[in-house]
Amino acid sequence: MASLILDDIVIHQGQQRLLSLDTAVAPGEVLTVMGPSGVGKSTLLAFIAGFLSPAFQAQGRVLLEETRIDTLPAEQRHVGLLFQDPLLFPHLDVAGNLAFGMVREGTRRQRRERIHDALSSVGLEAFAGRDPSTLSGGQKARVALLRVLLSQPRAILLDEPFSKLDAARRDEIRHWVFERVRHYRLPTLMVTHDEADAQAAGGRILRLTERGTAMESIDQEKRT
Amino acid sequence: MTSAVAYRLVVGVLPWLTIALLSVPVVAGVLGALAPAFGWLPALGGERLTLAPWRQLFAVPGIVDMARLSLVTGLVSAALSLGLVVLFLGSFLHTALYRRIQRWLSPLLAVPHAAAAIGLAFLLAPSGWAARGISPWLSGWAYPPDYAFPGDAWGLSLILGLVVKEVPFLLLMSLAALVQCQAGERLRVARSLGYRPLTAFLKGVMPGLYPLLRLPLYAVIAFATSTVDVAMILGPTTPSTLAVSVVGWLNDPALSMRFMASAGAMLQLLLTLVALSIWWALERLVARASRGWCRDGRRQCGDRWLAGMAWLAMRTVLGLMMAALAGLALWSVAGYWPFPAFLPWPPTAHNWLNAADDLVAPVWQSLGVALAATLVSVVLVLGALEAETQRRRPMRPWAQLILYLPLLVPSVAFLFGLVMMQAQMGVRPGLGAVIIGHAVFVLPYVFLSLAESYRRLDPRWSQQASSLGAGPWRVFWRVRLPLLLTPVLTAAAVGFAVSIGQYLPTLLLGAGRVVTVTTEAVSLASGGDRRLTAIYALLQLLLPALGFMLAMLVPRYVFRRRRGLLPGAD
Repeated sequence: MASLILDDIVIHQGQQRLLSLDTAVAPGEVLTVMGPSGVGKSTLLAFIAGFLSPAFQAQGRVLLEETRIDTLPAEQRHVGLLFQDPLLFPHLDVAGNLAFGMVREGTRRQRRERIHDALSSVGLEAFAGRDPSTLSGGQKARVALLRVLLSQPRAILLDEPFSKLDAARRDEIRHWVFERVRHYRLPTLMVTHDEADAQAAGGRILRLTERGTAMESIDQEKRT
Repeated sequence: MTSAVAYRLVVGVLPWLTIALLSVPVVAGVLGALAPAFGWLPALGGERLTLAPWRQLFAVPGIVDMARLSLVTGLVSAALSLGLVVLFLGSFLHTALYRRIQRWLSPLLAVPHAAAAIGLAFLLAPSGWAARGISPWLSGWAYPPDYAFPGDAWGLSLILGLVVKEVPFLLLMSLAALVQCQAGERLRVARSLGYRPLTAFLKGVMPGLYPLLRLPLYAVIAFATSTVDVAMILGPTTPSTLAVSVVGWLNDPALSMRFMASAGAMLQLLLTLVALSIWWALERLVARASRGWCRDGRRQCGDRWLAGMAWLAMRTVLGLMMAALAGLALWSVAGYWPFPAFLPWPPTAHNWLNAADDLVAPVWQSLGVALAATLVSVVLVLGALEAETQRRRPMRPWAQLILYLPLLVPSVAFLFGLVMMQAQMGVRPGLGAVIIGHAVFVLPYVFLSLAESYRRLDPRWSQQASSLGAGPWRVFWRVRLPLLLTPVLTAAAVGFAVSIGQYLPTLLLGAGRVVTVTTEAVSLASGGDRRLTAIYALLQLLLPALGFMLAMLVPRYVFRRRRGLLPGAD
């Protein structure tokens, strides 16, 4: 797997400089970006994923190892995105949601088996034909991550992905998500304002300051 | 890659096609009527500019009365409708009554103008259902009384007919506008400062609401001053309104009358402009006069009394509409129905059976035209809204104006010019022209009814889909369209209903070759056969009702195992 390289990125909103950032996320590393709301955390993710609103201007490059991706349309960047809502398509069943993101290769049967295996890996094999609105919050979160993983992303962006889960489930899902992205050695960028998310991620933490113009980096002691 | 380019091309082109469909026929039509109004129409031998058509027009006996009648009925009906809607909203916003009425708005709006007018005419005529209801026990009438209503010289029945149709339209337009101007918050603030509900609404909400209702109101005024079908059915005949007379001159077998008719169409355009200017001036006056009133600190202004009036008037309007439609159903199954008898007894299927053979062709033509016009409109509207989403910026004010253009320019003025152009260029009138003509009127309604839901759809759905690798087509077909299926179908049903109700475009652009249930109903209404007229008017109701039913049932069926998309789910 390749590193996600954020090369000298500066984002402006009109005349005002919102944030600047220059770093690389190694395969399997979870980089946490923290800061008060309104400093442009989500804007950063929107820029990397390819949805930057025209209200903002961005400079700099985003690369996956050698390949520059910030010039590509969103659907060709292979950057998986998880929002705080699971956003399972309500018109498709659980299997349909997983199939939506899958690369179109192999026979129909092989694809179905891959979906089945994925669901089995999280104990949801009986849920393939279920209406997503009948799932619990934790189940939805798991299906949402499976959907992203099955689309074979080369990097993952997490936008406060655990904030809407109830406290009992949050820890469990959190650890499972981090375990998965490490397993697939995906460079991962997480935006959050929950201190516990950052602790659980166990990687570097970047804090965006209030004015958003500067940014300091605090390296935690590396856990292995 | 190529498919993304194709997508960008399609989404780039459709908004311009939409603008073209809305503006080209209107502008070309007005120009097409302008030239003959000054004597220029080579196809009919008019090859030099002259004022003769205008001289001929002003020599028509009663021309001033015609113009005055159009102007007065249009302005009075618009003012009454607005007043009623404002008083009702002010007194009953957020009450159970309001919610009940809200549910009836879309179906009421889908009732074609002609059907409502025919129902009202049958209800209020001397031998109508209303007179039967009070005879002979209350009125003492053993025979139909002798009063001239509908069709009174003052145009009161015409005003009534217009109000009955305009009130639901303005109410529906207010629903979105109320949200947009944050009426709920404004009301709460005013109420907490001690204002009575209606006063709070008038002083706190109206200043924000009115600007949002201005274009719909102007459309109402333009329609009311220039309607043909409603005025033919409910309006006076000696003289009739200007628009009705213009259509009469156009259909005159003497081709030379067309020059005068063109001048008449231009006069209609001027008349509507005058009506709009008068309204605009009144608007200014009221705004200035109420500026002090808004801040005089008085907490009430006859709230109870006005609320009672609003309640009574709204009940009357809705009751009239219901009774009119029920009366149509009775007439369609009536055999021998002597005067004071309240119900036709025994009911008979005879009228329907007799008419069945003749119904088939108009029903198919109506369906065909309506489906085609709706399809064209829905595709264009989806394209325009999709482009708006891609560009992520709201509609410009001029685009909003273009959207309302076909509703603001009197249809008799520009349709007439299109007919003259057809004649000049040798285009054969018929189905194609009628479909395009209908689409011009269908498109604004489809757009207005779909835009709000389209803009409200969470952008993260598409972002999620494209981050999973879906290209723009796939995002549209597999994500946005399914999520918006219910509003898209509802908008299509609205468009379908608008098309079914079109009278003038069918008549003029089809040159009598396209016969729909509406053209049949209107032409029968002036004859004496109430039973047959009622059948066609009912068909005018049934076809749109069918459309709305499908729009409701299809999503329920398609998403029967998808709780997240069923009505009632969040």
